[in-house]
Amino acid sequence: MSLRRPAKDQPESFEFNASSLEAANVIVSKYPEGKQQSAVMALLYIAQKQNNNWIPLAAMKYIAKFLDMPYIKVYEVATFYTMYNLSPVGKYFVQVCTTTPCMIRGANKLVEACKEKISENECELSNDKSCSWMEVECLGACVNAPMMQINDDYYEDLDKQKTLDILNKILNGEIPKPGSYRGRVNNEPENNRKTLMDVKNA
Amino acid sequence: MLKDQDRIFQNLYNDKGSDVSSSQERGDWVNTKEITDKGRDWIINEIKESQLRGRGGAGFPTGLKWSFAPKEVGSRPHYLVINGDESEPGTCKDRDILRFEPHKLIEGCLIASYAVQAHVCYIYIRGEYFVDGQKLQAAIDEAYEKKLLGKNAAGTGWDLDIYIHYGAGAYICGEETALLESLEGKKGQPRLKPPFPALIGLYGCPTIINNVETIAVVPTILRRGAKWFASLGREKNTGTKIFCISGNVNNPCNVEEEMSIPLKELIEVHAGGVIGGWENLQAVIPGGSSMPLIPKERCETLKMDFDACVEEKSGLGTAGIVVINKDQDIIKCMARIARFYKHESCGQCTPCREGSGWMWRMLERMAKGDATKDEVDMLGDVTNQIAGHTICAFGEGSSWPVQGLLRHFKKEIEKRNNLDPIVQKKNNIPYLIDQHLLDKKNA
Repeated sequence: MSLRRPAKDQPESFEFNASSLEAANVIVSKYPEGKQQSAVMALLYIAQKQNNNWIPLAAMKYIAKFLDMPYIKVYEVATFYTMYNLSPVGKYFVQVCTTTPCMIRGANKLVEACKEKISENECELSNDKSCSWMEVECLGACVNAPMMQINDDYYEDLDKQKTLDILNKILNGEIPKPGSYRGRVNNEPENNRKTLMDVKNA
Repeated sequence: MLKDQDRIFQNLYNDKGSDVSSSQERGDWVNTKEITDKGRDWIINEIKESQLRGRGGAGFPTGLKWSFAPKEVGSRPHYLVINGDESEPGTCKDRDILRFEPHKLIEGCLIASYAVQAHVCYIYIRGEYFVDGQKLQAAIDEAYEKKLLGKNAAGTGWDLDIYIHYGAGAYICGEETALLESLEGKKGQPRLKPPFPALIGLYGCPTIINNVETIAVVPTILRRGAKWFASLGREKNTGTKIFCISGNVNNPCNVEEEMSIPLKELIEVHAGGVIGGWENLQAVIPGGSSMPLIPKERCETLKMDFDACVEEKSGLGTAGIVVINKDQDIIKCMARIARFYKHESCGQCTPCREGSGWMWRMLERMAKGDATKDEVDMLGDVTNQIAGHTICAFGEGSSWPVQGLLRHFKKEIEKRNNLDPIVQKKNNIPYLIDQHLLDKKNA
């Protein structure tokens, strides 16, 4: 299990803004009547997005009321799943995969790059407060290892220098192009493709 | 090597695009009505005869699973749930289906929903695949627009709605009952079975849960016939499979190949060989991190299918092949996998919650050579106390890789950890201290 604690400094109140409210109502309509509790995960995402990428306790209380379910049930969900940030993170949130398939391809170099560029420790804001990083478990892009995720996008086939370049860009406020950084097409064997050549050349 | 025309996922590398019209060129959505017109029994029977086994890891026969759904819809509606919570380290096949072949999946959902009489289908995607999920959502929207979903979907007379539900970073939600809990808006903690989801599943209603890849191959099987599918591979291990080859190979890749293909051929032909040559191979994890590793000697002849891997006391799992060469420290690799399981244990059952962390801490010390001789046997003992003593298969999943390490690399561990079992102040062995106090960083 992973240990997860809510932040010490909590805002007093939280409310969905108009666009969040609209999105939330669409989500609730996906589930059968009376089963609106199913929407809690999606609503937590919406709250997280609205609130600079983290979820305050007030938002959990608000969602509990919104879905007519006990606050503790929302709290349980928010603390169980690791993608809900319970304390503030950077505007650019860097997650480096260090599970075995990435580890043996050199994920520790990516961690080094993050330490150099962003902050010495995980989950700490960078000097300009725009960026934070953490090690995460398998992100499911193992054939593109080593890789990292910045907000929603995957950056694949990295090494230390490429990571430093990407981090430099985001620290300058640019969003680098996601995808493979060795120029390979998706998950094909690089320079060694032996299948579906007709499809490729057609 | 499998012939190109026998590959189901023609767009695996996105050479063509994933919209409806290019999917139709590949044969999707062409005669969906003709398939459903042949009736439920024919569909289920055809899938049974194709001997398709679930691609999510357990390898349960798909046709048989579908036949468990009640024949008549009672007061409770039926549901189809697609498991796209792909989190097993070494596995990244479903992601390519979601982003490049979404219409194979959507059409498969329609046919499967028709077969098990479900009008609503939920596709559960891991939260990290948000971008890929959006691509699937775009494909679903397009399918609605072209009347391939919704009322009288694709002219079949069957109504179907498909919704995407995002997970939020919990590996355990790949377990089917944990996935249902998560869909219901709770913590993803597995349920006791029985009752099986086919009778009491989502919201207490009959629910069929299949992996993304399983459902995505269904339309092609029904089009080309069970005989064609069964002619690939070997008895009870038929068809094709997407293999993900990662780790220390020259060209890591996803590739669709015939079942029962030799592991050596996969690595040498498609992945460009082991880094440093075949002789530099140390071990291979054949089916995602939860499957025990197989040392080099056995890799020479291993055939990649469910039964052949079981004979090697491992498993095909999700066919996520992780190649580890001799430049890597095998104990460290396994310690990292143990850390993964420690992190992902849902905490419901004591043996798994406590044992997964225990295994990790022991392995970390063993990697450094800080463990005593008799701790090696103790580690084996711990794994045996986890496996089989938990509600879900996570207990097995977390202890099998450690058991595999002990089975094949025990000498290596013993060589490195030959400290005397008696507590000696010099060696500073944290022997009598509560181990929990030691891991400050990842508590």
